[in-house]
Amino acid sequence: MEVLALLDCLSAPACLLSQAVGGLKIGMLLFLVASGLTLIFGVLGIINFAHGILYMLGAYFAWQAMELTGHFGLSVLIGAIGVGIFGLAFERGLIKRVYESNLLIQILLCYAVILIVDDLVMIIWGDEFLSSIGVPEIFQVPPLFIFDAVIPPFHLAIIFTSLLIAILLWMLMTRSRFGSLVRAAAINPKMLEALGINTNFIRYSVFVLGSFLAGLGGALAASERSIVSQMGNSILIESFIITVIGGMGSIGGAFLASLIIGMARSFGAVAMPLFTDGLMFLIMVLVLILRPRGIMGEKK
Amino acid sequence: MKNKKSYRTLRRKLMKYGFAGTAYASIGFPTLLKAESNIKIGIPTLLSGRVAQLGISATNGIKLIIDKFNEAGGFNGRKIELIIRDSRAKPDEAARMTRNLINSNKVDIILNCEASSASFAVQEVIRESGTLCLHCISETSSLTADPSIRTWNAFRFARQGIHDAVGSASYAANLVKEKGLKKWMSIGPDYAYGRDSTATFFEILKKFSPNIEIVGQGWPKLFQPDYTEVITQIVREKPDAIYSCLWGGDLVSFVDQAALYGTFKNSELFAINLADYTTMSAIKNLPEGLHSATRYIAAYPDRQENRDFDSAYTSRFGDHPTNWSWETAVATDFLISAIQETKSLNPKKISESLKGKSRQSFIGVGEENTVTMRSRDQTLVNYAIGWGSTLPKEPYMKDVKAADWESIQELEKEWLTSKGWI
Repeated sequence: MEVLALLDCLSAPACLLSQAVGGLKIGMLLFLVASGLTLIFGVLGIINFAHGILYMLGAYFAWQAMELTGHFGLSVLIGAIGVGIFGLAFERGLIKRVYESNLLIQILLCYAVILIVDDLVMIIWGDEFLSSIGVPEIFQVPPLFIFDAVIPPFHLAIIFTSLLIAILLWMLMTRSRFGSLVRAAAINPKMLEALGINTNFIRYSVFVLGSFLAGLGGALAASERSIVSQMGNSILIESFIITVIGGMGSIGGAFLASLIIGMARSFGAVAMPLFTDGLMFLIMVLVLILRPRGIMGEKK
Repeated sequence: MKNKKSYRTLRRKLMKYGFAGTAYASIGFPTLLKAESNIKIGIPTLLSGRVAQLGISATNGIKLIIDKFNEAGGFNGRKIELIIRDSRAKPDEAARMTRNLINSNKVDIILNCEASSASFAVQEVIRESGTLCLHCISETSSLTADPSIRTWNAFRFARQGIHDAVGSASYAANLVKEKGLKKWMSIGPDYAYGRDSTATFFEILKKFSPNIEIVGQGWPKLFQPDYTEVITQIVREKPDAIYSCLWGGDLVSFVDQAALYGTFKNSELFAINLADYTTMSAIKNLPEGLHSATRYIAAYPDRQENRDFDSAYTSRFGDHPTNWSWETAVATDFLISAIQETKSLNPKKISESLKGKSRQSFIGVGEENTVTMRSRDQTLVNYAIGWGSTLPKEPYMKDVKAADWESIQELEKEWLTSKGWI
């Protein structure tokens, strides 16, 4: 462990800022995907093991849209909306049939969908990786130098976009009638039904919203990452770690955990360059020991 | 009485000929039948997953040569039949499939198109069976350099790590002198190939330029999607040069992401696996002036035969060849030549024919543009290794400088001695 290197970095504004912005970017992209996963679990009680394919499809849809339109913003939006529509079909066609089933059946269904979608992606877009969709022209500029820290403007755009989405999501869940219904459905869906509320609508709306967020994460990530089938696997593991650290079902917890993981990866690369992945698991283990319900998880 | 005796004699004769016939049928008939059937070549490879392009472009290289051979009538009317199996890059699967190809499919020869880890598994299977095996993909030097791993019936037609390391280091050393590239960093995938390639490159570079300093090393996981943490390390350390043996989609993501930080304006990138069409064309805005070895490009060697290979492959398969395509094409060409020369499928006879064989090739830089199967360690030498710098569009590379095979072989000897392998 290179403690001195970490201390040097923390005391030098250039390194501190550069690592912090890098960590924020990683964390915010993770938040988009993990928030969908935690939302679906919190309300529907489903552990969506197929969440990674929603991220992957977001990237592929955005790539296809970019090929057709050549417009970055439109492509990202199409990617996210496309996955939202896929999520609707997935929930109505398959997931709704296993709400009452045991965990094993849910896992089997999700695993089957992962295999089928991964293969379909290879049939449609080919076995080989696709190039990223690239960053918009406006961001194809030299990086900013703030206190000597090198910061790509596009990373700031990703951070602000994700923060905006986080704020909108928070407002939707806490300040709107829909949010109240979703929270009520998470606590007592039967009571909601007794009051004449269409819980089916709430269920698929939540699944679509979760899918949209994962698709948005994938579409934004596709701006600088090569696109390949099975790309959802690694993000799925990270999303689960964030969900466990933040507290299953807590959007606020997912936000906090994403920041922790992003920073751990970024500053961990300075202090423990060969242990950045291990660091993520170490944090999860510590949280499970000290606070098993997660940082912001509710006591059941 | 006489009748009875002659009946017994007849019965004995019948039994004798019957046994002999049965024995002949069980041993001899298949040989006769085989003599008239197709020549079967088994190909264990990987055709699915993130690096499926490896198996696809490798088998395409074989098909290009085999089809010509079959169209020309084959060998005494016998055509070559390919039996391709997908191991999904798993060493245990590769070993099982190779065993099946030999025992069940009765292939005559194995053209091994597996990556390194699975190639070592294939090597052990063919060592036991005595089947002739041509390794076409694995670049890990020890496969043929280490005498304890080498076997009489296996030949490597792929480029080799140590050859590339010497070629790379000697090219880099010139630029170290010219541009004063003192501070170096590396970024390589965190598995055996990445570690070996990086260590060998710096070991040899330090022989040419002892004053260089390694200020940091990044080891992202294989198939890692985001390289921000490694790139910020580069930004922090401000190296003069970076050596990378990332490959495929990983290299594409790294270059795209690092370009956002303006990394390549301050540091020279030496990416050994960049100059393959599939990689360079996938980078969104390929920066000019990155350094790479020529994996496969039509522009190097700058000869008509090489351009012809590129256009024949492209018109047949709709895409440019890769490094793996030239390797398999050369292996297949050598194999056909050895079969024709020995008029046999006997592994021992073909092995003897392959040892020391030189053939003119589009990728050859030996005497009269030949490549040679070096008999000492049964590995290919005198194939084109060039280093140059990138252009954003086709032909993608400029100022390609050929590696000198004399110094490659000289330093290879030193390296082998240091390992205790010669």
